[in-house]
Amino acid sequence: MKRINFVTLLCLVVGFLIFLFYPNGIFAAHEETMHKAPEEEVPFDIPVEEIAKYLAPMNKYTLFDSLEITSCTECHDEEWETNPERRDLDEPHDEIPGKFVNHDSENRWCLDCHSEKNRDKFRLMNGKLIGFNEYYILCSQCHKRIYREWKMGVHGKRTGYWNGKQEYMHCAQCHDPHDPPFKPIKPEPPPRKPENVRVITQGTKK
Amino acid sequence: MSDNAHKNKSQITRRKFLAGLAAGTTALALSGRNADGYIIEEYFRQHFKRLSKDDLKKILADLEEELSFEYGKKATVKATPPMDNVVFGYALDLSRCIGCRRCVYGCVNENNLSRNPEIQWIKVLEFHKDNKKWQSLEHSNRYYNPEKVPQKGRFYIPVQCQQCKNPPCVKVCPVKATWKEPDGIVVVDYNWCIGCRFCMAACPYGARNFNWGKPSIPKEAFNPEMHYLGNRPQYKGVVGKCTFCIQRSRVGRYTACVEACPVGARKFGNLLNPKSEIRYILEHLKVFRLKEELDTNPKFFYFFSMGSSVKS
Repeated sequence: MKRINFVTLLCLVVGFLIFLFYPNGIFAAHEETMHKAPEEEVPFDIPVEEIAKYLAPMNKYTLFDSLEITSCTECHDEEWETNPERRDLDEPHDEIPGKFVNHDSENRWCLDCHSEKNRDKFRLMNGKLIGFNEYYILCSQCHKRIYREWKMGVHGKRTGYWNGKQEYMHCAQCHDPHDPPFKPIKPEPPPRKPENVRVITQGTKK
Repeated sequence: MSDNAHKNKSQITRRKFLAGLAAGTTALALSGRNADGYIIEEYFRQHFKRLSKDDLKKILADLEEELSFEYGKKATVKATPPMDNVVFGYALDLSRCIGCRRCVYGCVNENNLSRNPEIQWIKVLEFHKDNKKWQSLEHSNRYYNPEKVPQKGRFYIPVQCQQCKNPPCVKVCPVKATWKEPDGIVVVDYNWCIGCRFCMAACPYGARNFNWGKPSIPKEAFNPEMHYLGNRPQYKGVVGKCTFCIQRSRVGRYTACVEACPVGARKFGNLLNPKSEIRYILEHLKVFRLKEELDTNPKFFYFFSMGSSVKS
């Protein structure tokens, strides 16, 4: 009787020890392998001067052809006489007035944004001139909320790393400045309906 | 005479049988990395959580070799562990989504999903604004195919795995082949899954997909960067689901659907980082979750960036 008790007790103790340590050992091993997140943090509410660091390269994602940025002063040099009147434009700008319908055309004309004196610059409302690469400041004059959301990552698209290096797509990479709303696009094909699905398994003829 | 012969024959057969059995077992045990050995190893493979580091290393190496041979590309299969202090969250801007399905195919290509039978982890649902039926997901149309999207009077809700904090699919799995990782991603061990599809019945979002046939993936579209619990090719008769692109998100990258979206409606990040864009959205914009009344507590949020008030 004593012997049976001893064997039972031994089994119980061994079983208990296995129960106690075996799963713990596994989960401890699993947790040990957790690695730390990189320390680099995504900047939040970046100052205007630093935005340029995060912008995607120009023309990388450009969805339209009209923004092939070349030097405007090649034609519009100092000798070019400026006509500030609203009118139908000639080539190569003949497309723009038609497109302009979608961007407050009644109150806006070329020289509201493009500098009259230096065509390679944009002109802010206060008369300050800025380079083409800083045009998001120009957009932010009216679209302040969108601008703030874009800086926070709510508006627009980012690619790269959620905890590291990111590329921001900027205004004109998605929106044509003269015709900003998104154009409808062709959708990718729909999934097959269940009634049209035929699984071809091994051994069955097509 | 005939009895004796019969006796002799039967004795020889038994002896032969035992000898053959011993020889066969030895041959299998010695066979190492050949096909039979691999099948036996796979059959007796432990649950992912119970694999030792050495076993896991060997399994990953075997898988890499097998997949590299099958698809003609240098494949890497990793088992990157979760990061410390990271819980993933996702937000989708319904006022921007145009229903173009770029995310669906971005996901299919990234995650090596089967083309035939067709498996898609993201389902884009189309709703009519005018009739009141949009109140239920069941009244949506998944098969819309107009010339151009978005169409007037329609809106679109892409649905994928909501990575619930309280996942019903995990509760019902009879073999614990699916579980929630410390970073909040619900994963499936494709080698442990028995294909009972209880999880599919339990999921209120229809986010899980069953492999009715052997997955077919074109060799040229095969993505060689894989994770054991994520985008490695699945098997016939197992269930698969969105893992927030575990092979990408665990090394810090955005998911494939985030990068595929042409309108930037998809947002992804760490819920525990108060400076992440996902936290900004949760703290400043109106968000909602699908079927909140079921108490599944999804980590997938929907929001409207246009028309909702923003606190500065």
